[in-house]
Formats: sequence, structure tokens, C-alpha cells
Amino acid sequence: MEEFIQHTINGLSLGSIYALVALGYTMVFGVLQLINFAHGDIFMVGSFFGLYAMRFFAPHFQPGPVLAILVMGCAMTASAVLGVLIEHLGYKPMRRAPRINILITAIGISLFLEYGGQLVFGASPQFFPPFFEKTQFHIFDSVTIDSNQISIFLIACLLMTALQFLVFKTQFGRSMRALSHSLDTANLIGINVNQVIRITFMLGSTLAGAAGVLYALAYPKVEPLMGVLPGLKAFVAAVLGGIGNITGAVIGALILGLSETYVAGYISSTYRDALAFIILIIVLLVRPSGLLGKKRIEKV
Amino acid sequence: MSTSLLALEVNHLSVNFGNVQALKNISFNVPTGSIISLIGANGAGKTTTLRSISGAVERKGEVKLFGNSISGLEPYQVAGKGIVHSPEGRGIFPNLTVLENLKLGTMTGPHAEDHFDQNLSECYLLFPRLKERLRQMAGTLSGGEQQMLAIARALIGEPKVLLLDEPSLGLAPQVVKLIFEIILKINREKKVTVLLVEQNAKQALKVSDYAYVLEVGTISLEGKGSELLNNDSVRKIYLGEH
Ligand SMILES: Nc1ncnc2c1ncn2[C@@H]1O[C@H](COP(=O)(O)OP(=O)(O)OP(=O)(O)O)[C@@H](O)[C@H]1O
Ligand SMILES: [Mg+2]
Repeated sequence: MEEFIQHTINGLSLGSIYALVALGYTMVFGVLQLINFAHGDIFMVGSFFGLYAMRFFAPHFQPGPVLAILVMGCAMTASAVLGVLIEHLGYKPMRRAPRINILITAIGISLFLEYGGQLVFGASPQFFPPFFEKTQFHIFDSVTIDSNQISIFLIACLLMTALQFLVFKTQFGRSMRALSHSLDTANLIGINVNQVIRITFMLGSTLAGAAGVLYALAYPKVEPLMGVLPGLKAFVAAVLGGIGNITGAVIGALILGLSETYVAGYISSTYRDALAFIILIIVLLVRPSGLLGKKRIEKV
Repeated sequence: MSTSLLALEVNHLSVNFGNVQALKNISFNVPTGSIISLIGANGAGKTTTLRSISGAVERKGEVKLFGNSISGLEPYQVAGKGIVHSPEGRGIFPNLTVLENLKLGTMTGPHAEDHFDQNLSECYLLFPRLKERLRQMAGTLSGGEQQMLAIARALIGEPKVLLLDEPSLGLAPQVVKLIFEIILKINREKKVTVLLVEQNAKQALKVSDYAYVLEVGTISLEGKGSELLNNDSVRKIYLGEH
């Protein structure tokens, strides 16, 4: 039982990171019916900017909330700018192009960031120092939760609550949901669709940047290909929840995070990474629209 | 300039979709305060005309609003100038609540945002049914209610010119009658200029001050609503009489 609680804690912490990334996939898909395959790489760029911010600020600040805010802030801003640039330079000119062209563009941008990243940041992994003093808390004798896990979970919840507010309570959120039903109608009734799309990319990328730093807090090494696997897994989480559905993305990500840690804990950690793909195949076979998705099959 | 007597001037409008010429050099005017309708069969180019006024399709020719050219503006900018579009097929957002749909009506500008509460209560007078359904998902409304919502949302945007694309499409005769009564009210009481596109020629001509008949991309006939109602070829082709 205690082992189970321990895995659950670890799984929730991992799942909340996936959730932040999955939200970006699902929001962009919602407005453009596009899978932004570069999203995992935005996550990677976020952690690198976090790392550089860390190196820059660490000599001047004690580990603690101020340092955390500075590092997260830099990473999120850099990712937001990158997301907007990708949309503007990569996807916007392709707005009326056939699906396959857009898909290839997405893959191209992703490869560009991964291998451009190796050129700029170097290919070898770099250590990411913690911005909190790590402390362990014992809940029961053998169940521990550390301060990193708590911060990851709390920060993720905070960001998701803010997003939820934005999407469901503001005019921007209404516009975004309107766009996800019909870009054409939204356009006709006076919504500045290009602006909504830009902000959507910005928000998704901001969350990915935050996730990049939180991930580096949990697995403290960053390298240019680090976004590939978490990116794919978050994509699976979004599909599992029903792509385009914001609540679904969070639920899908928590399910994936939990099942990964259970599988790693009870069966073998070798199967851990395969699990996401098994889930993807099952979802596509059994319920392609995902848990909360509309019952409509989307061709991607 | 006394051009402000004309809310809209459409000059030499042409639209091509690939090889298909959907509009072939059409020109017409919409005087301020009037109801003007465009009638015509399926594929005549009615929707294309409204969409090109809104700037949603690439076009040749010029469109003027109160004497000022609005060529080259994006649809949201056109809406911001006061030309509010109620799209074909009840362009409402079924995944949003009725109230959220109405709030999106204020995307036309800050004035509409400021007057939202007041405009909303005026909408309730025209569409009492919407008031009871504010928190309901718009997709669960009946067809007639959805059309009312589409018109209400357009009114929330404080239109100077209202573009209505087939508001009576697919509605029961009583509801059609009600919708046209509301259109008249909007025009007479709220002083909104209306450009109406309809296949229901009879009802449209009854409420129109002036009307144009579109036939595969050209204007084949025009005249006062009452004149066209009595025109032989209109009666034959569009009113189904012999
Ligand atoms: N986006 C488009 N791409 C290609 N052709 C189009 C497009 N939009 C309209 N058309 C064509 O332009 C012509 C006019 O279409 P339009 O929708 O304006 O007709 P309409 O008069 O509104 O018809 P309806 O009464 O059926 O709504 C049609 O032949 C249509 O097929
Ligand atoms: Mg039409």
C-alpha cells in the first residue's frame, strides 16, 4: 500500500508536467486542427533558457521562490516568443495549404530546433541545478515526497487554473473556443482570428516552457533532444483525453503519468516508455475521439 | 459630400474561385435606413456577395461604407466599421452557451462592449426566448432559436449595416414570419440598414424597399420590392407561380 502511494505521488508529479505540454498540443489543435510537432522542442528550448537564466541569476540569489520565479519567467518568455515566431514564420504562410504540406512543415521545424539546438547549445547533456533546496518529507515510514515534487505539482496546478480561467471566463477564451468550432464564422463576426491564433500559440508555448523547467527540476539534465519523448507522450496524453479538449488533456496526462510510474514500479522500467505508444494504439483503435473528445474522427 | 445617403456602395464587384466566376461585375447600392434584398437561386452568388463585402473572399471592385472605401480591410476590421455579418447556416457557436455567443457579438468594438448590458436587455425584448436560455449550450437550441441568436448576436455588435444571409433557411412558416417581423422591427425601430440575402423571395420582397435578382453571378433584374412581387418572371421563377 505504501509503495502504491509512493508511485501515485511520483505519477501525479510526472503527469502534471505532461499536462502542461499536452495543453499546448490540444489548444493549437483546437484552433487550427494542426498537430504542432515542434511543441516538444519548444519545451526543450524552455529548459535551456531556464538553465541559462539559472546560471545568470544563481550567483545573486539564494535558492528559493524568487529564483524560481526568475528562472521560470525567463524560460516561459523565451518559449512564448519562440512559439509566436514558429506560428508567424512557419504556419501562418501555410494557412490555406493542404494538410500534408503543413505536417511536413511541422516536422521540418521540429528537426530544425533539435539539430539547430545541438549546434547552439551543444549535443552533450548539461546539469540543471535545482532552484529550491531539495528537502524530503516523510509521510509514512517509507513514503516520501520531496520539495521538487510539491513545487512541480503546485506550479502546474497554478498555471492550469490560470489557463482554465482564461479559456472559460474571458473574451479571448470565448474567441478561442469559437475558432475551434469554425474559423470562418469567427472571422465573419469580427474576431481577429490571426491574433487569437497567435495568442494560442503563445499560451501553449509558455506552458511548454514552464514544463521544460519543471521537467529539468525532476530529471536534472538538459540536452537538445530531450523534448522528443516527453513531447510524444504529451501528444498521446492529448489524444487520450480527446484532442482539442482542454480538460481532456489534463486528465489524459495524469492517467499517462500515473500508469507510467505504476508500470515502472510494478512491472519493469523498461516498459515505461513503450506504454505511451501502447495507449496511443489502443485509443486509436477503440475510441479515436479520446475520453472527452467529440465523437468525430479527425484525420491528422 | 451627400454620399452618406448611401450606407453601402458596391461597384464592379467580381469574384473568381479558380475557373468559376462567381460574381461578374455587379454593382448596387444600399441607401441608409433601407432594407435591400438580394434574391436568387442556389449558387447564384448571394453568399459570395455578402462575404466579399465583409472582406472574407478575394475580390475585384470597390465597396464603400458611407462614402469611404473599405477595400483591403480584414473581416474583423470591416465589422469594426459597423458592417455586421450574420452568416449563412446560422453561424452560431454550438459549443458555447447562448450568453457566450452574445458576448462575442461585442467583438465589433469598444462601444459595443460598453453598451453590452443595455443592448442585451433590448435584445430580450425582441427575443424573449433567448433570455430563458442564456446558460444553455447554443447547439441545443431549436433551429429558429439559433437563428434568433445569430441575429441577436449581430445586434449586440451595434451594426450600422446588417448583412443577413438566409435568416429563414430551414425554418417552419410561422417562425419565418416571426423572423421577418423582427427584421422589419430592427430596421424601423433601431434604424439599422439591412442587406438581406434570401431564397424565400416572397417574404424578402415583402419587407424590402428595393431588391436585386442575382442569376449566376450577374444582376438580371432589379426594382422595388412590391414591383418585383408582381413581376411575371419573378413570380414564375422565384415564387413558384404559373
Ligand atoms: N470557397 C469557394 N470555392 C469555390 N467555389 C465557391 C466557393 N464559394 C462559393 N463558390 C461557388 O460560387 C458560386 C456562388 O456561390 P454562393 O455560395 O455565393 O451561392 P448562393 O447564391 O449563396 O447559393 P445558396 O442559395 O445555395 O446559398 C457557386 O457556384 C459556388 O459553388
Ligand atoms: Mg448562400
